[in-house]
Formats: sequence, C-alpha cells, structure tokens
Amino acid sequence: MTLKLFEVIDQPIQTQEIIDKVVGRNVGAITTFIGTVREMTKGKKTLFLEYEAYVPMAEKKLEQIGVEIKKKWTEASVAITHRIGRLTISDIAVVIAVSTPHRKDAYEANEYAIERIKEIVPIWKKEHWEDGEKWIGNQLETKSYPKGYPEKEDIDD
Amino acid sequence: MIKVLFFAHLKDQVGVGNIEVQEDQLTVKSLLEKVVKEYSLSDIDHIMVSINEEYAVKDDIIRSGDVVALIPPVSGG
Repeated sequence: MTLKLFEVIDQPIQTQEIIDKVVGRNVGAITTFIGTVREMTKGKKTLFLEYEAYVPMAEKKLEQIGVEIKKKWTEASVAITHRIGRLTISDIAVVIAVSTPHRKDAYEANEYAIERIKEIVPIWKKEHWEDGEKWIGNQLETKSYPKGYPEKEDIDD
Repeated sequence: MIKVLFFAHLKDQVGVGNIEVQEDQLTVKSLLEKVVKEYSLSDIDHIMVSINEEYAVKDDIIRSGDVVALIPPVSGG
C-alpha cells in the first residue's frame, strides 16, 4: 500500500492514520491540527455542513502546501486529509499532521498549512441552519482581488 | 471544445456541475464574461479560474481540450 500524504476523502477521518504517516526516527515533535464542525457561528445554530471539493485540484493544492512547507522548514514531514460530504456537529473536517526534529517548527508549519488551505485549496462548505442554507465564502477576509482576479503573487508562493 | 466546471453556489445557479463551451481559444476574462452572461450568474466577485487544475489569471489563454473551473472563494478547513 502506498500512503497518500495529501488526500480528500468522503469517509470519516481516522486521525491516528494521518499521524502515523509523519512518524520518523529523526522526529522530535508531531503537531496535529484537527478541524471540527462547530455548532454556533455568530449566533446562528448550524445543523450540519456539506463540504464539496474539486477533488483532483484540491489534492494537488494540498501537495503544493506540502512543498511550500518543505521549503520553509526543510526537515518537516506533512500529511493532510480533508473530508467532504455531509458532516454533523463535532465531526472532523480536516486533519493536518506535521513532524519535525524540534517542536517550534512543527507548531509553525502546522499553522501555515491551515492558513494556506483557507487560501488556495478548492473546497467549499455549505452551512445548513434551521431557517436556511448558504455556501460560505472566503472566511479569511484578508484577501481581496481589486480587479476581480488574483494576480500572479496570489497564486504562487 | 472547452469543458467548464462549476462548484458551490455557482453549481446551484447553473443547475449542473459542468458544461461544454464550443470555442477553440479565448482568454480567461472572455470565458468568464461569456458564462456569467449566459447563465446569469450572480455573486461572482472574487471568482478564480483554473485551467487544467492550476490557477489562471485573466489574460491566460484557454484552448480547446482544456478543463476550466470557476472557483468561488474557498472555505475548507
């Protein structure tokens, strides 16, 4: 079995499996980020979420994040799995595991990974509330494209 | 023929996940304008476009055989 380090799946994520992918003899720290479905957002009660992805591109972009991390933290190993489909409260939507020889790098690289996911990975969530539903847009609200298109520097790292 | 994929709210608006556009060559900007007009798409601020699974900018050329996707602001994680 070849391990896929960057994956989009439609089944529940087994967190330990993602962690196991980054274990190594020179590893001194593994950080795991687990993104879960929250019930209350800005006073609105979520019943469930629906995640959709452009799967082949999403996996490529997750891989790109892995490459970017290797450039910044050369000794890091990264594995990311994102789940799509219908998720209910407390379900795991994403797991990011990063291992490095020393802990600081593992924390920093892991945070970098989730921030980049929210910028470049084509995955969308639709919130379902008691009184309606909506596809959620850019939650970072840090990026805007004045011309309506991204510029080169927004796309490449 | 160019294949165009839609996701999230755009897919809901178009009613299907993909269409075929009979063009040999056009820019990202013209394709976007064409599709937005034809399907009366709304909420198109900050839509990105990918060509063959890589992000493209407005002047990039799309050719027959390419797979293009309209990518609304992402909300994964």
